[in-house]
Amino acid sequence: MDVFVYGMVNSMIFFLMAVGFSFVYGISRLPNFAHGALYVLTGFITWSFINKTGLPYWPSVIISLIIVSMTGVVIYQFVMIRVRGMPISEIIVSFAIGLGILEGLRLQGIGDFKGFIGPGYVLPPFIDGVVSTSWVMIDLQRLLIIAVGLLILCLMWIFTHYHRIGMALKATAQNERAALMLGINSDRMANIALGIGSALAGMAAISVMPLGNINCESGYNVLTNAIAVCVIGGLGSWRGTALAALILGLSTTIMSSFGGTMWNRVLVFGIIILTLIVRPSGLFGQQKELEERV
Amino acid sequence: MNEKRKVLIKVRNVNKSFGGVVAVDNLSFELLEGEVLGVIGPNGSGKTTIVNIITGFLKPDSGEVFFMDKRLTGLSPFKVAELGVTRTFQIVRPYPSMKAYKNLIVPLWSQRARRFAGSRGGDRDAVAIDLLEEVGFERDAFVPYKLASALPLGYLKRLELARCLALRPEVIICDEVFSGLSMSEIASMLPLVEKLRMKGATLIMVEHRLRELFSVANRLLVMNFGVKIAEGEPEQVMEDERVRRAYLGEEISF
Amino acid sequence: MAGEERRKERLDRGIKARAESLYAVSSWREASYLLAPRAGLIIGLLIAPLLAPSLYWQRVIGLAGVYALLALSFDFLAERVGLVCIGGAFMIGVGGYISGGLNYYFGLPVVLTIPIGTFGGAIICTLVWLPCLPLRGIYFAVVTFMFPFLAVSVILAGGLFGGTEGLSPVAGLPNWVGIYLILTLVLVAIFGVRRLCGEDIGLVFQGIKDNDQAVLASAVNITRVKIYALFVATSIGCFAGAFVSHFFGFAGLSLFAIDFTIMPIAASIMGGPATLAGPAVGAFILAPLSELLRGFGQLRVVFYCVVLVGFILFKPEGLLNWASRRYHQFEHWVKV
Repeated sequence: MDVFVYGMVNSMIFFLMAVGFSFVYGISRLPNFAHGALYVLTGFITWSFINKTGLPYWPSVIISLIIVSMTGVVIYQFVMIRVRGMPISEIIVSFAIGLGILEGLRLQGIGDFKGFIGPGYVLPPFIDGVVSTSWVMIDLQRLLIIAVGLLILCLMWIFTHYHRIGMALKATAQNERAALMLGINSDRMANIALGIGSALAGMAAISVMPLGNINCESGYNVLTNAIAVCVIGGLGSWRGTALAALILGLSTTIMSSFGGTMWNRVLVFGIIILTLIVRPSGLFGQQKELEERV
Repeated sequence: MNEKRKVLIKVRNVNKSFGGVVAVDNLSFELLEGEVLGVIGPNGSGKTTIVNIITGFLKPDSGEVFFMDKRLTGLSPFKVAELGVTRTFQIVRPYPSMKAYKNLIVPLWSQRARRFAGSRGGDRDAVAIDLLEEVGFERDAFVPYKLASALPLGYLKRLELARCLALRPEVIICDEVFSGLSMSEIASMLPLVEKLRMKGATLIMVEHRLRELFSVANRLLVMNFGVKIAEGEPEQVMEDERVRRAYLGEEISF
Repeated sequence: MAGEERRKERLDRGIKARAESLYAVSSWREASYLLAPRAGLIIGLLIAPLLAPSLYWQRVIGLAGVYALLALSFDFLAERVGLVCIGGAFMIGVGGYISGGLNYYFGLPVVLTIPIGTFGGAIICTLVWLPCLPLRGIYFAVVTFMFPFLAVSVILAGGLFGGTEGLSPVAGLPNWVGIYLILTLVLVAIFGVRRLCGEDIGLVFQGIKDNDQAVLASAVNITRVKIYALFVATSIGCFAGAFVSHFFGFAGLSLFAIDFTIMPIAASIMGGPATLAGPAVGAFILAPLSELLRGFGQLRVVFYCVVLVGFILFKPEGLLNWASRRYHQFEHWVKV
């Protein structure tokens, strides 16, 4: 029973980590390798606000989400937009920016500041305390993760189905040319998508980081997990993302209860390779392997 | 009348839908050796879709495609080409960074071309230039040496055909090979198609330009909304009530 | 008209050797025009270690050679075949561990371990990256990115190959042998891969990059061709890895460091994408530069990223293309 509940939590964690990446790719076909960096960035900014400037929790969170969102937009507006359409350059530039931010956050070697290394940096959990039911003990923060994840799912669904901009985003995702012909500016859409995607990465950070501490390694972890979810579920598909998150969450929890967390990564990679061999475009993949573009 | 000609391609009950849109609806037809089959129909009637299905770029939802006795359904495009069923692309696909004759090195490098190459196989450049000359690239004007990105559409369309010819094909499926060309370009393209026909090539020509098609096609297949609405000799087919309605609309009567 | 408008006019130099015909050998002037850049590269690389101010800098040149090979491998795959591989460190790690491991556990001599590391590693890398070859789009990039991390996880989780400490000591290479080995291999690789791309199969690579649907329609099995290209590229990368383990005398987790992935890419973009020689030159510029920045620790990676993004945005043709353009053409401003 333990396994099930923690498995659900882990699935939600995977989902939260992946949704930003998946969203951006679905809308603008841009692989946002800066996703992991934005995740960690949110953590650091929030920590800085709370601890260095003494702002209370909520304002810190909101301000840092806005900052991170803006960072995503800036990345698109000043850099990515110039390489749009050249797939090789898009990947390389995105990768370089993500890596630059992540490694830069280590901030080693500038004067005396040792950078954000070490276990001392922790984000406070939103809710403290533990809930003890007859089946299992679980801390409230983890339950909160599930709540946040579901909330995001619902909000995204409503947004893309009922709000004008959300529907425009969906249109761009389905067929960029057709959307352009209808007067939807795909660059603006990509901007918005990157802003939202960054914010989603930030929300994932706020929810999940309190479980551990803030460090730069988690940036790579987040990126790998996001990619895993997207490849297994199929790039650009909501159902796929959700299902893949479920599979990964449950299987890693099961693996942890048997062998400890060290083999988790390997398990994740194993599932990825398996997916690529057996069903290459992912479970619900929209991107067909041999796309006919006549 | 005619001696029984070999059936090269058999399409049986092929269906294909995209989302809710039916592109090809229970289509069946045969292609005989040595004939030129024209496939016509209004926009969106599924012509290019069936070409993609035959050549392996798309998998049908149901139905089968055969080449002689081999099953084509589900084969990947290069295997279909390997068997000799070649195609041109409606929107031309040259390799823009290479010279025109170098474009042909790719098909000449394939297994199929190598099998047919024989002793001259080593010198692909020469074979490429000869091929281009056959399709009308003037060797004296050094046209084959121009960069593919610098060629006008008429030449690029011929390059598409040359690409098929490099594979010593059994069947060439021409996807709108006349579209986008000016009248003079068409006038120079037509003899090329004629020449191919004279040599006994088997062609499927998907076309919009009916006049040109009529001068080369033996048989016509008319599609509308994915359904075959008529098949037969060109004159017969154009008299057909349904065909007229499809092209001209319900209201017109003759 | 108010003001004077100028534009840049470029004229090709009147040297016949630039036409594709026999002029190249028709006179000393023509021949030397063509030979000079190539000779410059060869001589420059071979003299460099002799000019280095100290042993430390000689070893930097050796390391630069490693980066040069990686950059070449990346450039070949990305610009000539269309496969963007952002997992270069994986090749270094595989080559290094195989080669170092064979020496550490079985005592095989360097003469054997390096070739086995090279080609055995190439086979492993190719097999492991095989599943994403038939896919299009960013799949290849996205999957190769993860492999260095995977390898580290496997080694740590299984406590394999010495875990965090790695394997040490591994038989070393005498200093001069090592340096000239790598430099020679860099030159061989540059000219070899260029030759490969000039052959017919090179045109097929280019075709795949330009328009893979057309290649499919030309009865070519794209996946098989990509496998050839991948094998060539991973051989180069794994050789570099095998070399590293013997040049520095150990095989450890640091072989999978992100430096080995990002620096070659930066060198490639800076040096001149698609030129195959440019990336190598770029590596020989960036490696010493980054040594100067050693005091800044991980910020070196940020430096590479900045260089990379800067060049892509502002000078995407890269240094070698720029230089080659200046070599082949006059440029001057003319009044409009």
